[in-house]
Amino acid sequence: MPKPAKKPVGALPENPERVIIDRAIADNTWNLLPLGGEEEITAETLAPGKVILPLSVWLELRDQLQSRKEEIGVWLDSDETADLIGDAAEELPLIAAHFPAFTDGRAFTAGRLLRQRYGFTGELRAVGNFMRDQLTYLNRCGFNAFAFQGDQPLEGLLESLQDFSDSYQAAADQPLPIFRRRALL
Amino acid sequence: MYRYDEQDHKLIRERVAQFRGQTERYLAGELSEEEFLPLRLQNGLYVQRLAPMLRIAVPYGLMNSTQVRRLAEITRKYDKGYAHFTTRQNVQLNWPNLEDVPDILAELAEVEMHAVQTSGNCIRNTTTDQFAGVAGDELVDPRPYCELIRQWSTFHPEFAFLPRKFKIAVCGTETDRAAIRAHDIGVQIVKNDQGEVGFQIFVGGGLGRTPIIGVAIRDFLPETHLLSYLEAIVRVYNQLGRRDNKFKARIKILVKALGAEEFARRVEAEWEQIKDGADQLTSEAITWAKRFFPEPEYKTFNASHTEAVLRDHAGAEKAFARWLERNTFPHRVAGYQAVTLSTKPTGIPPGDVTDRQLEAIADLADKYSFGEVRVTHEQNVVLADVEQEKLFDLWQEARKSGFATPNIGTLTDMICCPGGDYCSLANAKSIPVAEAIQRKFDDLDYLYDLGDLDLNISGCMNACGHHHIGHIGILGVDKKGEEFYQVQLGGSSNQNASLGKVLGPSFSREEMPATIGKILDVFVENRQPDELFIDTYNRIGLVPFKERVYAKAS
Ligand code: HEM
Ligand code: SF4
Repeated sequence: MPKPAKKPVGALPENPERVIIDRAIADNTWNLLPLGGEEEITAETLAPGKVILPLSVWLELRDQLQSRKEEIGVWLDSDETADLIGDAAEELPLIAAHFPAFTDGRAFTAGRLLRQRYGFTGELRAVGNFMRDQLTYLNRCGFNAFAFQGDQPLEGLLESLQDFSDSYQAAADQPLPIFRRRALL
Repeated sequence: MYRYDEQDHKLIRERVAQFRGQTERYLAGELSEEEFLPLRLQNGLYVQRLAPMLRIAVPYGLMNSTQVRRLAEITRKYDKGYAHFTTRQNVQLNWPNLEDVPDILAELAEVEMHAVQTSGNCIRNTTTDQFAGVAGDELVDPRPYCELIRQWSTFHPEFAFLPRKFKIAVCGTETDRAAIRAHDIGVQIVKNDQGEVGFQIFVGGGLGRTPIIGVAIRDFLPETHLLSYLEAIVRVYNQLGRRDNKFKARIKILVKALGAEEFARRVEAEWEQIKDGADQLTSEAITWAKRFFPEPEYKTFNASHTEAVLRDHAGAEKAFARWLERNTFPHRVAGYQAVTLSTKPTGIPPGDVTDRQLEAIADLADKYSFGEVRVTHEQNVVLADVEQEKLFDLWQEARKSGFATPNIGTLTDMICCPGGDYCSLANAKSIPVAEAIQRKFDDLDYLYDLGDLDLNISGCMNACGHHHIGHIGILGVDKKGEEFYQVQLGGSSNQNASLGKVLGPSFSREEMPATIGKILDVFVENRQPDELFIDTYNRIGLVPFKERVYAKAS
């Protein structure tokens, strides 16, 4: 029997080995750096490879890291809004949005704004304590990648992406709300 | 009324299947209590003192007779044979088994009903005037807008995990019967100088432990922008509303903290970015939505004949005349009248109806009112389109089913929460207080003489019984483990909405009927001819009431 997702351990997201990307299970090739480590992160000490930086660190180092643009992602905590990344989203390969608790729905707004306002086309990844029952809504808000915490078997979670076959509103996945589509009939 | 198409049916069926899976995972121990909680709440299921309760959505209070009959069957099959009309125009079952809920939802889906978002921290069922479409003072019928809001808010992917619950009410008349200033968003339909339809938008109203009357943040929003503006408000709230303290999480607290002006500025800034986007209500979309609320096939009547018939009946039966006076409401079409079936005879918890009564309502609706039924926020039932010449027949039938108590709008037509008999948060019971007051004031002539009077009772400060906005409000409080009741005066839910003021120290349950009696005495003694309680109160203030109620026995 699969175990339920872990309770929020603290305020920080985990970085599991495997993730769901575009409705398939994949190895996690990114290294998410949580906040508040012992040493200060600088452009020089930052380990090589793909990293997801906390927003505050990215804001500070982004200019120095221009040459590594393809392997620098950003994660937003739930109290950090999408406009803090703004149009720079267009250039980023990956943005992660954190759910400190699954009931904290701020990341849904962040997702839609990144996709629909700031032209983000890279990987939009949910991290932290969200749950499978939120997958359709996350998907509709533009998330295409899901880093589940705990040891949940990802195979069983995929089907939750199919819970709904249509939707009432316009969102990141649907340009017109249902009433406009119906009125056109 | 709105009818589902294949897409609605499919979405609701998919939702039932999703919830069935979630319930199974919960029962198998795969979902924790904490994880299942928001999922079941968003499907109307919450757990109370005695059993789970299921709150079924009645979009803006409107149902057809088929749906009412299905509710009757469901109460028999899965519950104890009765249901409860709520102050948010919904229907609640008090005793379903958790395991049966997916089946109940599937049976509801067959008749185009659901329990989606009737609870939980999401956008709830939109409410409106029970006389929508028939009221003479209506600017524009609010129902098409309510339906568009329903579609926009149902399964809204961005707003299913808000800081707290979120309620929207729409009003299309000058007299506000939907208490829009007591909602998170109140939408008042208005027309500008050019005669164009638009909306005045109120935000930040709400009751509960911090009651606040909503403030207008926009005086004229053009019709096409309704949904984008709502989206902007909810988006600002979703980002900035407090999540650290459940009691400070409603939008009203955010509006207070930022100030209405700053809140409005942020909403406008957000809205500027989305107003010309996909959510625009194009004229095609509005025409499409209006198509579902056509004018029924009204007949034409000979006015003098109708009048004569009514006069005869009223002359012959005093009881009918009384009912006609209190329980019917003028209709904009000549020859018709709207009827309120009272769910508040003495001794029955306000809003409770049996399965047989539900069937009787459905029969009456078919026979007298184009098969349509509306639930009111005062927990009564309205048949909106009754031919005046048939009122007498309808009255006789309603009387047999126990719906003809002629007390609409009077002291005994109370709003009352379930209170300590059912609710684990209660400080005190509320239903027995309602009953004791109904028993003391059972003289109809006296009640009519008092005129319109809202008496609202809540068993604790969560204010489900709207005590803050009753002309007389009663609140259950706990004093060293004993049940006491605080009295407030001067609240109002209409266009002049106000919050009641506390009269003074609280009373025991036994003292309550006599206390209300003293308050009414002060009113009667000070009243100018035909003045309403609330107007007398506003004129003379709290002091005379206070002096009488707390006068030392001499
Ligand atoms: C039986 C158990 C019930 C419980 C435990 C309960 C609990 C609550 C709580 C905690 C609140 C305050 C929420 C807040 O301020 O954020 C509330 C508000 C409310 N409840 Fe209930 N409720 C119950 C039944 C009902 C029923 C049966 C109705 C309808 C007749 C109802 C109608 C309302 C309304 C209209 C409010 C809104 C007040 C506002 O705008 O803040 N409740 N309820
Ligand atoms: S007002 Fe209090 S006692 Fe009454 S139903 Fe609401 S929570 Fe329960």
